[in-house]
Amino acid sequence: MTPSVPTPLAARTPPLAEPSAWHEIGLTVNGRPVTAQVESRLLLSDFLRDRLGLTGTHVGCEHGVCGACTVLVDDEPVRTCLTLAVQCAGAEIRTVESLAPADAPLTPVQRAFHECHGMQCGFCTPGFVMTATALTEQSERPDEEQVADALSGHLCRCTGYRNIRRAVCQALDERFGE
Amino acid sequence: MKPTSFDYTAPNTVGEAVSLLADEEREAKVVAGGQSLIPMLSMRLARPELLVDITRIPELGRLHVDESGNLRIGAAVRQAHAAADNAVRDGWPLLAAAIGHIGHPQIRNRGTVCGSLAHHDPAAELPTAALALDARFVITGPRGTRTVLAEDFFVATFSTAVDADELLTEVVFPPPPAHHGWAFEELTRRHGDFATVGVAVVLERDTAAGTVRTARVVFCGAGPVPVRLPAAEDALVGSDAGEQARAAAARAVLAGLTPSDDVHATAEYRREGAAHLLVHACTTAWERC
Amino acid sequence: MSHDFDRARPGNGGWIGRSVPRVEDDRLLRGNGRYVDDIALPGAVEAAFLRSPHAHARIESVDVTAALAAPGVVAVWTGDDVADLPAMLNKEELRTPPGLAELLDPVVRMTPMPLLAREKVLYVGQPVAVVLAENRYLAEDALELVEVRYAPLPVLVDPEHALTPDAPLLHEDLADNTAVAVATRVGDPEAAFAGAHAVVSEQFDAHRYVASPIETRAISAQVDPYSGRLTVWSGTQTPHRLRDAIAHTLGLESATVHVIAADVGGGFGQKGILYVEELLVPHAARRLGRPVLWREDRNENLTASSHAREQIHRIELAADAEGRLIAVRDRITVNFGAYNMTGLVVPYNSLCHLLGPYRVPNVHIDVVGVLTNTTFATPYRGAGRPETVFAMERAMDRLAAELGIEPEELRARNLVRPDEMPYATGLVDRSGRPQSYDSGDFPELLRRAVAKADVERVRAQQREGARDGKRVGIGFAMYIEATGLGPFETARIDIAPSGRVRLAIGAPSQGQGHRTSMAQIAADAIGVPLDAIDVVGGDTEATPFGVGTIASRALVNAGNATHRAGRLVREKIVEAAARRLGVAADGLDLSDGVVHAKEPGGPSISLTELAGKAPLPGTPEPTDGRHGTEISETVHFRPPGFAVASGAHAAVVEVDENTGEIEILHYVVVHDAGNIVNPMIAEGQVTGGIAQGIGGALYEEMVYGPDGQPRTGTYMDYLVPTSSEIPDLDMDEIFTPSPMNDLGVKGLGEGGAIAPQAVLAGAVEDALRPFDVVVRRGPLSPSRVRALIRTAART
Repeated sequence: MTPSVPTPLAARTPPLAEPSAWHEIGLTVNGRPVTAQVESRLLLSDFLRDRLGLTGTHVGCEHGVCGACTVLVDDEPVRTCLTLAVQCAGAEIRTVESLAPADAPLTPVQRAFHECHGMQCGFCTPGFVMTATALTEQSERPDEEQVADALSGHLCRCTGYRNIRRAVCQALDERFGE
Repeated sequence: MKPTSFDYTAPNTVGEAVSLLADEEREAKVVAGGQSLIPMLSMRLARPELLVDITRIPELGRLHVDESGNLRIGAAVRQAHAAADNAVRDGWPLLAAAIGHIGHPQIRNRGTVCGSLAHHDPAAELPTAALALDARFVITGPRGTRTVLAEDFFVATFSTAVDADELLTEVVFPPPPAHHGWAFEELTRRHGDFATVGVAVVLERDTAAGTVRTARVVFCGAGPVPVRLPAAEDALVGSDAGEQARAAAARAVLAGLTPSDDVHATAEYRREGAAHLLVHACTTAWERC
Repeated sequence: MSHDFDRARPGNGGWIGRSVPRVEDDRLLRGNGRYVDDIALPGAVEAAFLRSPHAHARIESVDVTAALAAPGVVAVWTGDDVADLPAMLNKEELRTPPGLAELLDPVVRMTPMPLLAREKVLYVGQPVAVVLAENRYLAEDALELVEVRYAPLPVLVDPEHALTPDAPLLHEDLADNTAVAVATRVGDPEAAFAGAHAVVSEQFDAHRYVASPIETRAISAQVDPYSGRLTVWSGTQTPHRLRDAIAHTLGLESATVHVIAADVGGGFGQKGILYVEELLVPHAARRLGRPVLWREDRNENLTASSHAREQIHRIELAADAEGRLIAVRDRITVNFGAYNMTGLVVPYNSLCHLLGPYRVPNVHIDVVGVLTNTTFATPYRGAGRPETVFAMERAMDRLAAELGIEPEELRARNLVRPDEMPYATGLVDRSGRPQSYDSGDFPELLRRAVAKADVERVRAQQREGARDGKRVGIGFAMYIEATGLGPFETARIDIAPSGRVRLAIGAPSQGQGHRTSMAQIAADAIGVPLDAIDVVGGDTEATPFGVGTIASRALVNAGNATHRAGRLVREKIVEAAARRLGVAADGLDLSDGVVHAKEPGGPSISLTELAGKAPLPGTPEPTDGRHGTEISETVHFRPPGFAVASGAHAAVVEVDENTGEIEILHYVVVHDAGNIVNPMIAEGQVTGGIAQGIGGALYEEMVYGPDGQPRTGTYMDYLVPTSSEIPDLDMDEIFTPSPMNDLGVKGLGEGGAIAPQAVLAGAVEDALRPFDVVVRRGPLSPSRVRALIRTAART
């Protein structure tokens, strides 16, 4: 995987807690090792966005319902608003920025969302794309029920979902054959 | 919506974890998957001073069937892992099915079986499944280790037999009866929501008589704890689980269940829904016997 | 791969009418969106608001001492600290058009909202203090340390109660809790009712629900030390209005305030009005000399950003023996919440869309907007139309039942015919002009919807009775929507020296794909390739004048402004080319970015070459005509009247009489939005609108307790539907181009959201015909459906 993570920025903002609640964690983000000082209460979503500058992961509800903040933690889709950064020591994290860096072509999942018009405002899109990416990485094609179950973990307010379903179906067809 | 400040530690042994929990200087809370706790932290409904992350304790990550045939699930075992485990799917399919009703894969990938049990939202699936499957809860604290039966474990909404200085280390599911059938059904507003009301049914078949030998009927979303309804079970035991017996069980639900109102449904809806689900679930369970 | 996006549509052979994939997608798919919270402002302070926990209370004291001393806190302000700033009014929305004022003399009472509450709080969630701290975590820590003493006052939640003489006053300077009131009459409704063959008299309640964009509201601001100007990033739908309001509030020249609506994660009307946070954040940036960011959390969005939809309709229909409507009466009560934010917009939309596609000779509609101790209500996708269509279409279903006529047949008998267009309803439109339907073919919409829905099959299934306790039912609903609200929108086109075309429009995008659809319009108008065009929207520097993306108006207004500007630019290009080539302009044509002779073999010059030789701005045009020229055009399009879009929806549902669960088996939509620029985008807009309508019909409700406490303040309780709840739609369309604009387009952003509540209520009621239930309000939760059946069974 092509590295696409900048070196951890200095905290955008000063510490959130007294030094006793700071922890040094090492983890892999988008293929690159990252070592960072994090406060206990720092949510993974805020760590990715504010500390690493990976703003492609969006925060929509902060209580684990909307799915906009979904990334892959050790290859599984996970809500970053329901995860503390400090819990991710040793984890391997992939965000939407990892999929098609810079000038690389879009991945089949991304391309499918484009071609099927599976997105409007684009805010929920990275979360859907990460969950769909995990589906395409399974060893066998997930059945319809599994796809429906996975998609129901995300809210989209714009599209009415039909084109999202089409996009995911197209990406799965491409990966596993129709 | 950001948590209050707290400290965090990830001990490597149960002993260490328990001593941290027992430290009276700091109010500590256990975190494993965090799928129930972290939203409460972010809404500042939970305000611990210390989070004790138990997922780095190797022994708690174990899921296995012991020599007596009990399924033992450690406190750090994720729901998705448990539901995908072949031993679980073959031996305790009701548990796998109940997990399938929890939220979405994104939640189940992080959430733990024991975490959901210890959190104890009475509308959640796992507490009801645990009571239906007669689970035992292994709790370790400064006073040693004890095992609590499912009927004693769930005390009230968000409250269990686990004291503040204790840790639920393992949930144990005894082997189900040889000839049994099961069903887990629920009504939800949306896919993945907590149950408006739900039911877990386990029927044991007397193969000689062709009748129900034992029955366990437990509801979620029906009270402050998972509600086992002996009157409904009695209506089934000794019967052929036929239409009459199912109807009698449903009447027992209408007469005996006392759920409450909320923004999603009235108590009356829950009661009727529970009765309706039970009839269907009994049919399914009996067919599986 | 193939899509049904590409089915044949009227077009001109150019870019318009083609499902061009969106140019915005690539960036968004790579995680390079720039929503407000993604724009890094080094050194930014984050704001968090202390909000009232009471629905109605007097503020006795506020103590910020402890909060000020908390770590990382930069400032804590209360109402007293910002008392020198004028209270907020959504001036544009509160303006009554002169024609309307003259003809109907509506009551519109102003309730300016203090930027932070001082004496009283009027709803749960009202901002009382703001903390500015180094980050949101620390700001929320400090919020907990602000001590406010409240003396609770009696709470009003029910708007009809709020109108009673003994009700406590929310705004003590007003005589009562009426915010707006307007009434209209056509013909002689009393006589018509007296002589009617059949009369239906019912109450239907539209329930409160909310826009709930997945990106909550957000705003950031910074003073540029170099220019001294204030730059504001906001997820607003109306950047120019925000700019003017900020300038007014802070005492600045408008030209020194720059508002940018970059990527916006959905708006749906909720981001189309002013909020106090949007004025306080720029104020803080100036006062603190540091950038300031505020991002609303979901609980704030659900409880304290604008709500919508709550209306009570006491509606009566009178019909003759053939089922022809002879009169309609409706008394509409709109729950405004605690402040009059947008005046007549929603109530008057409800009034002037009540009759919909039907011919009604005698009318009396009376609307009152009432102040209550709930969060203020403002336009949300449909803006008064879903509510009024719910009432009218429900009443039509009742009338059909009363007369024993099939619901689709009753509708068919009352439709305005295409040969009657333009059709005058006798009412006054929202701009104060006689209401006129410019175009449409309502019978064709209905005919297609009925055919697709296969009524006969449903009726046959119904005759077979319930299967496993499941009953099918069918519902219909029709609507019209006056789209393309003025007063104007701006498009400015510049040809860069490289030959690239830059199009700037006043209207920002919240997902509508303007960068694609507006480029399609410009490409055709000018005669350049699509990829030669860059579109900028929602930036007050790029277009100093503008209105915004609200009220299904962007395509009509910005689209036609773009079209006209493009045609003018095209003329200029051709003239410049003629001078350069030394030929007559009328012998030249411009296509695909090249000006060429109409005759084969003649001279040609590319736009790139032409523009690249342009003299610097201000340089006198060389007399020999060999150089090009700077080419730029700005057009303000002012629509002469509304472009009336319309639609017919039909739904077949299956209701489980045991569990109250509803499954949508078939959802049919046939719509007419005139000419279509990008069918793929248009279909996406309609589909998304219907999904929100289904949400409102079946799942979503913002519930208040009698104490004025919101009970659905999180996504655990406020149920936005997921993919599993929204079926695929069966969509069809007709095209009656609007004569109101050159492109013949009509707005379609809101249309989809207008009919679902009505159509699903009708379908459920039809399924439950054996129980003789009447669906009077939503959402149709299983619990509510069961209650309908239970009540019917008992009576």
